[in-house]
Amino acid sequence: MLDFFAGHYAYWFILVLLVIGLYGMIFKKNLVKKIIGMSIFQVAIILFFVASASKWNATVPILEHGIQGEALVQYINPLPHTLMLTAIVVGVAINGVAFALIIRIYRRYRTLDENTLLRNMKDDTE
Amino acid sequence: MKYINYFILLVFLFLLIYASTGLPNRGDLDSVVNRDRSPSGTQNASSYYIRNAYKDTHTPNMVTAVLADYRSYDTLGEETVILTAGLICFLLLRRRRKDDEE
Amino acid sequence: MKSNEDNPITTLISSIVAPFILLFGMYIIVHGHYSPGGGFQGGTMLAASVILIRLVLGSEVGQLQFNSTWGTPLGSLGVLIYFGTGLAAVFFGGTFLNYHFLPIAQEASMKRSLGILFVEIGVGLAVMAILIAVYDDLLGEEPDA
Repeated sequence: MLDFFAGHYAYWFILVLLVIGLYGMIFKKNLVKKIIGMSIFQVAIILFFVASASKWNATVPILEHGIQGEALVQYINPLPHTLMLTAIVVGVAINGVAFALIIRIYRRYRTLDENTLLRNMKDDTE
Repeated sequence: MKYINYFILLVFLFLLIYASTGLPNRGDLDSVVNRDRSPSGTQNASSYYIRNAYKDTHTPNMVTAVLADYRSYDTLGEETVILTAGLICFLLLRRRRKDDEE
Repeated sequence: MKSNEDNPITTLISSIVAPFILLFGMYIIVHGHYSPGGGFQGGTMLAASVILIRLVLGSEVGQLQFNSTWGTPLGSLGVLIYFGTGLAAVFFGGTFLNYHFLPIAQEASMKRSLGILFVEIGVGLAVMAILIAVYDDLLGEEPDA
């Protein structure tokens, strides 16, 4: 039982972080706070992948000539690290595009609050 | 109405935690991702990378070898995504001329 | 944007530190084969150095260092270096992005190592230019205040 908790508690903290990000994306009315929630969500996903790549008593995936023997258990899994490396940079690009869209919305409607924005848009179309 | 929304969010959290109990222990050497062979009998991708990265590419850093050699199509597409994001920012926020304004 | 040009401490420290950040970024790109690093991380460091100068010394001095019209062309150049490395392998008889067919007189694994280096330089250039371009675009003035 203790083994189960020691092997899983990291996942639970990461899932709490993911739900916090989801809360920010759904319940907050300000568009900038929605983007902050989206960033927290992304970080939770990235942490989940990196946490799932770990092995006990293993080192970073950079080959070292001092290590001999069975190489597979000596290095942690390099594949999730590679995928998350690209995901981080795509996250930065997504943030840039999101802020550009927000700036355009603010220039047109002069507000970032969701309710006011919807009212202004309805006024604009009528 | 608001409390129902919070309740749904909490239910979602507990659903996720319940699903996570089916995962193997973190750092377990015998889990499916960390084993040498996949359940169908072929070699796992990550164990192939660990065994052969230095032999194939003369690069000690396996992450770089996987990023730029084994999975370079992936990186090419991802770099195109960054370029597209930069172009979108430029097109959305560039300064227009006066006669272009509505 | 209002600059902090009158603050001597930030001006002095960041003009000393910024070239070293540039050098460290290039080191991270080139040394990515042997230590944690590579194109993405090094490109981000280079962009951080340029943006630091823009934040502290003001946009006018920053324009002298890296003009904001260079952003998109340099980013495209980075993608073109990546794509050209792949296409060169096609021209010399291989498949796309197969560095084994690059015309570098070395043994097979060294060819792949050099191919990775070219690709990383392209990635670093593209990431640096695009990050600076996004920063410049986000800080642009409003068209008709």
